[in-house]
Amino acid sequence: MHTRPIAMTFFQCDQVFILFKKNVSHYNSPSPSNCLAVMTVVIGFEGSANKIGVGIVRDGEVLSNPRRTYITPPGQGFLPSETARHHRSVILTVLKEALEEAGLKPADIDCVAYTKGPGMGAPLVTVALVARTVAQLWGKPLLGVNHCIGHIEMGRLITQANNPTVLYVSGGNTQVIAYSERRYRIFGETIDIAVGNCLDRFARVIKISNDPSPGYNIEQMAKKGTQYVELPYTVKGMDVSFSGILSYIEEAAGKMLKCNQCTAEDLCFSLQETLFSMLVEITERAMAHCSSQEVLIVGGVGCNLRLQEMMGVMCKERGAKLFATDESFCIDNGAMIAQAGWEMFRSGQTTELSDSWITQRYRTDEVEVTWRD
Amino acid sequence: MAVEGNSVALPQFLKKIELIKQGAEARVYRGSFLGKPTIVKERFPKLYRHPLLDEKLTHRRTVQEVRSILRCRKAGISAPVVYFVDYTSHCIFLEDIVGSITVRDHIASTPLSSAQKLPEERLDQLAKKMGQILAKMHDEDVVHGDLTTSNMLLKAGTESGETELVLIDFGLSYISALPEDKGVDMYVLEKAFLSTHPNTEALFEKLLKAYAASSKKSHAVIKKLDEVRLRGRKRPTVG
Repeated sequence: MHTRPIAMTFFQCDQVFILFKKNVSHYNSPSPSNCLAVMTVVIGFEGSANKIGVGIVRDGEVLSNPRRTYITPPGQGFLPSETARHHRSVILTVLKEALEEAGLKPADIDCVAYTKGPGMGAPLVTVALVARTVAQLWGKPLLGVNHCIGHIEMGRLITQANNPTVLYVSGGNTQVIAYSERRYRIFGETIDIAVGNCLDRFARVIKISNDPSPGYNIEQMAKKGTQYVELPYTVKGMDVSFSGILSYIEEAAGKMLKCNQCTAEDLCFSLQETLFSMLVEITERAMAHCSSQEVLIVGGVGCNLRLQEMMGVMCKERGAKLFATDESFCIDNGAMIAQAGWEMFRSGQTTELSDSWITQRYRTDEVEVTWRD
Repeated sequence: MAVEGNSVALPQFLKKIELIKQGAEARVYRGSFLGKPTIVKERFPKLYRHPLLDEKLTHRRTVQEVRSILRCRKAGISAPVVYFVDYTSHCIFLEDIVGSITVRDHIASTPLSSAQKLPEERLDQLAKKMGQILAKMHDEDVVHGDLTTSNMLLKAGTESGETELVLIDFGLSYISALPEDKGVDMYVLEKAFLSTHPNTEALFEKLLKAYAASSKKSHAVIKKLDEVRLRGRKRPTVG
């Protein structure tokens, strides 16, 4: 029975059917220990927000990492159902690209990793469904991966940082993380919204383009800003709070831009300076607390060169080293899920089909890091 | 008044005394001032910040620290005596609590019987004392802003043999009557406590019990603490 071509066609129609009839052989889960002697190839599926990516990793080498981004018009954010619809329409194309670029066939894959969470519900389900399908079609074990850990493991791989204090900053997350006793422990975080979310929502208020991403456009505008506008600065111990700053600047934008007190570029500049100073501060506190000499920045906001610059200055003052990656790995991508999956798989983990659900809330410190001492 | 001389004298003074640590916030020196053992806390400029932001922040934190310490002392809460403040270089000269260790070091050196069983009696007493002193501080509407076990000192008492708890590092503090702010204050402590000292949940519970018993306004604060605890977990995370 030729199930594979049918599967492709069904997904390309914007609907989801249950494909599995009794004739499909159940996938056998080969024990991971069999695979350790040979090279391990993992494919990763990521789509927890507006980026959908599929990546393939083989023993620390990224073989392919194609990605698509769902971009909304200026002034609008992305909603779950529309984002899921976008992902459904492109995921099989991206999957094909990933296999072709890597020059591999499904039989060459050892494990199928996907984002279990955290993230937006509908997009997560869409991607998980495809992962479950291919895992069963190809007869490969499944692995549900924590999105945040994907970022950390890819950052560690690319930069070869030893044991850094990690600043994970994106549209959905803002956490300062350090590894200790088999857990990625959260030392500091936002107590309300993520820093990327603050930037994205401000971008909507001043109606700048979301292409390629609102944060990128704010960064470009900030370079032209000259006047520093004072904004609230809210660091609470090792934690930060952004919703107050967002409300303040949304209101200020209305008033100040109308009276020409400052330009939108000045506001972008001031917002960046304030938000990033707060992030550098809580990172420094965590470093002082843990006596760490390395910093790794991961997550979409980590692409921002001004943030990297400021963190670099702080590190230099303390004699610490800064590690950062470029936008292909900072921004959500499939290979990071594959990499984390690779680590998990080789330490003996797999996810049963009955456990392959997704969850919108998944704390970084919930995962037992079985692949590190 | 030799204002000119003042701007040169202080950096020279700092060069001569012993730098004991460079924290995230400030450099801390130990020396002698007016014949008394002194700690000098110097908030130096942070080069990564925009100069206007840096100046505002540094000045505000220096002022807030001194104000909060004085307010606590007036209410009878143990905090170091403030000897002198230089607002140009943002230096605070404080009483050196000689012969003290941080609560953090104390807990780290006291072995817990095992992960499951209750911690030792001494730590129970310490948790109770911590709860009581924090209750007193919050009743004075002082929100510390950076409660960690590194910011509490244990000073060996002389006659009674009882140890005294001293609060330090008020740089992020402010005055607020809101239960929300006090709840967040306790949340910061809880997180710092549990991440630095694994498996001490029971100890922290004792601290909260003592806090609730000593403070008249504790009910609203504990309620807010529960809300803030959920916030980090309930917030949907994306990207």
